[in-house]
Amino acid sequence: MNLSGGEILIQCLKEEGVDYVFGYPGGAVLHIYDAFFRQQHVRHVLVRHEQGATHAADGYARATGKPGVVLVTSGPGVTNAVTGIATAHMDSVPMVIISGQVPSAVIGSDAFQEVDATGITRPCVKHNILVKNVEDIAVAVKKAFFLATTGRPGPVLIDITKDATDPNIKIPFEYPDSIELRSYKPAEQGHTGQIRKAVEMLVNAKRPMIYSGGGVILGNAAEELTTLTRALGYPITNTLMGLGAYPATDKQFIGMLGMHGTYEANMAMHECDVLFAVGARFDDRVTGKLEDFCPFAKIIHIDIDPSSISKTVKVDIPIVGQVKPVLTEMLDVLKKIKRKPDAKALQSWWQQIQEWKKLDCLHYDRDSDIIKPQSVVETLYKVTKGDAFVTSDVGQHQMWAAQFYKFDKPYRWINSGGLGTMGFGLPAAMGAQLAHPDAPVACITGEASIQMCIQELSTCLQYRLPIKIINLNNRYMGMVRQWQEFFYEGRYAMSYMDALPDFVKLAESYGHVGIKVEQPGDVEKALTDAFKMKDRLVFLDFLTDPTENVYPMIASGKGHHEMHLAQEERELA
Amino acid sequence: MLDKTRDRVPAGRFDEALGPSNESTKSMRHIISLLVENESGALSRIANMFSARGYNIEALSVAPTDDDTVSRMTVVTSGTDEIIEQIIKQLNKLVDVIKLIDLTESTHIERELMLVKVNIRENEVTELMQLIDVFRGHVIDVTDNVYTAELTGDAEKLKAFLHNLEPFDLAEVVRSGPLGIARGDRALRI
Repeated sequence: MNLSGGEILIQCLKEEGVDYVFGYPGGAVLHIYDAFFRQQHVRHVLVRHEQGATHAADGYARATGKPGVVLVTSGPGVTNAVTGIATAHMDSVPMVIISGQVPSAVIGSDAFQEVDATGITRPCVKHNILVKNVEDIAVAVKKAFFLATTGRPGPVLIDITKDATDPNIKIPFEYPDSIELRSYKPAEQGHTGQIRKAVEMLVNAKRPMIYSGGGVILGNAAEELTTLTRALGYPITNTLMGLGAYPATDKQFIGMLGMHGTYEANMAMHECDVLFAVGARFDDRVTGKLEDFCPFAKIIHIDIDPSSISKTVKVDIPIVGQVKPVLTEMLDVLKKIKRKPDAKALQSWWQQIQEWKKLDCLHYDRDSDIIKPQSVVETLYKVTKGDAFVTSDVGQHQMWAAQFYKFDKPYRWINSGGLGTMGFGLPAAMGAQLAHPDAPVACITGEASIQMCIQELSTCLQYRLPIKIINLNNRYMGMVRQWQEFFYEGRYAMSYMDALPDFVKLAESYGHVGIKVEQPGDVEKALTDAFKMKDRLVFLDFLTDPTENVYPMIASGKGHHEMHLAQEERELA
Repeated sequence: MLDKTRDRVPAGRFDEALGPSNESTKSMRHIISLLVENESGALSRIANMFSARGYNIEALSVAPTDDDTVSRMTVVTSGTDEIIEQIIKQLNKLVDVIKLIDLTESTHIERELMLVKVNIRENEVTELMQLIDVFRGHVIDVTDNVYTAELTGDAEKLKAFLHNLEPFDLAEVVRSGPLGIARGDRALRI
C-alpha cells in the first residue's frame, strides 16, 4: 500500500511502539496532523506551549524508560522546544523530536516561520537529521529511535520539510527491522580484565564507597547495583539523578551526596580509600573543588560514555560498557574469587560513618509555627507511602524533595538535574501520569518555578490528569535568595516574588481543585484529602517559611569536608 | 637561508630539559585525522564541538576521499594530554565520525600547500627566484610587477619561507592547512 509522508511517519511511530506524542500544530506540520486525525494507533497530547511538550515527553521517558516523542512545527515551534531538548540532553533522556520545516524549495529564503532547526539544536541533541524527501522518512525515524535509545541515550531531532509530507505524493512503505551505522557502535560488555581488577580493588578496600548516578537508572541496572552493594556490605550514596537506584530506606544507603548532600555521604567520599563510581559523571555539583575530591581514594568508574571517564577526575580503573552487564559480570567475579572484604576494617569504617550520621545533618525545626518546607515533603512521603512518582522544578524545593522523599525504586524521581530547568515539573508530571494513569503523581514545586509552565494546567484538564501539585510557596526564588543571603550580604536583588496570583483561584479557573495551607497542623490533612481525590488535579499552595535554607551546603568551589550545617546557623543564632 | 628550515629544536628535546613530569601538563600541537560521513552538518558538528567545549582549532581542512560517502578531515589543535584525550573522545562520540587517529602519536608526514603573491621591483627578481628555488617552490603566475609562487611543506618550512619573504612587499598569502599521513603501514581506512 502506498502512503504519504505523514502517514509513513505515523506508521513508523506505531512500529516503534509509541503510544503518546506530545505536540502542538502549525503550518509546517499540518500534513502530519491531518494524518494523525485519520488514525487511532498513536495518541496525541496537545500541550499549551512547546516547552511543555518536550518536558512532558521527558517525564514520560523517565517514568517508563521508553523514549518520549515530540511533534512541533517550524520556527517558533522548534525554538520553544529547545529548552526541553537541552534539558533531556543534559540528563541523557531518550527522546525523539519531530519538527516541521518550511518546504525544501524555500529553505534559506527566510520564509515565514523558517529557522535552521538542525543548526539551532545541534549543540543540544545527540544527533539530528534534516529530511527533504518522503523516501527518507522511514530510515530517518528508525535511525532516530536507534540513536536516542542506545549507548548513552539522548534527544534526536528529525526536521522534515513540508513537501516531504505532501499528501498527494504516496510511496510504498517499508519500515527497516534494524539499522547498522558504521560510525556508531556503542559499547556493551565491559573489558573482562578491567572488571577483574576492579573487583580485586573493591574487596581489598578498607574504607570503600559506592557512588552511583543516573546511568544506573537509564541502564535499568538498579537491581544489579542493589545485589552487588548488598553482597559487598559497603556504604552507598546516590547522586541527584541516581536517587531510587538503591533503596533509600536501606541501612547501607547514606543519603545523597554533593552540594546539598548529607554530611555522612560527603565525609565518606572525602575519607574513602576506594571509590566505586557507577553510571555517574563527576558533575561539579557532586565533586565540589576538584583538588579536594576524594583525596585518599583509588577510583573505579563504569560508564557507557568513554568521554565521561577521566573528564574532570582522573580514574584508576575505567570500565567502558553498559552498567547492567558490567555489574552482572562483577557479581560473578566476586562469587568466584576467594578474597572477601576485610570485615574488621569495614566494621570500623561503618562506625566512623555512624559517628558522622549522629550529627543529624538534615535536622530542621519540627515545632515551628510556620510550615517548614521539609515537613511538607516528609508528610507527602508518609501520605503516599513512599511510592509516588515525584517530579520537581528547580531550586530549594528540588533539594528538599531529594533529601526528604526516600525513593526506594528507580524511575520514581523525575527532575532536571543537569540543566536545572525551572518549569520542568508540571509538564514532566503530565508525562509520568499518562504513563502511569493509576499511580499517584506529585509535582513538588515553588511559586516561581510553577509559573514558568503554568499554562499546562489547561492540558491537565483536557486529559484529566489527576496530578497533585505541591507548591512550596515561600514568596522567594528560594535558592537565589539563599545564595544572596550567603554570598551577597543579603542583598535580595530580584528574588522576591511580588504580585503572586491567588493560586487557589488560578487552579479553580483552570477547572481544578485548589487548597491553601497556612498552618503546620493542616499539612497532613490537606495532603491526605488531595490524594483521596483520585480523578482531580489538586493544587496545594503551602505557605512556607520564607527564611528557610537548604542544609547541609558545600559552597561552590569548596571540598566535601567543608560543609555548612544548619547546626552552625543555630549555634550562631 | 636553508639552515633556517633545519635549525629547529627536534621534537621532545625541550620537554626533556623540563623533565618528564611536565610532559602531560604541557600544551602540545596535535594533528588529528578523521574519516567522517559525507553529510550536511558533519563539518558544523565537528567545528561546534571545538567551540562549545572551548578547544582550539589552529587549522582545518576537509575534502572527499576515494569513497564519495566519506570525507577526510585534518584538524590541527593543541592541548595537554588530558585535553587531547578529551577532544578525541568527544570527536569519537559524534555520530558522523567514522574513525580517527592522532597522527602525532607516531611518525608521520605533514604537508601544507601555500600560495604567495609578491609585489616585486625589477632589482628583486633574482633574489626572489633564488629564494623560491631554495625552498623547492614554483612560480605559477607572473605579471610585470607581481609574482605568484606555490610552496609545499610542513608548518616549519612554510614559516621559514614567510620569514625570508619579509624584505619583500607581500601582497597575499593563502594556506591550505596541513594534511597528514602516517609513515609506514599505519593507515586510516574504514
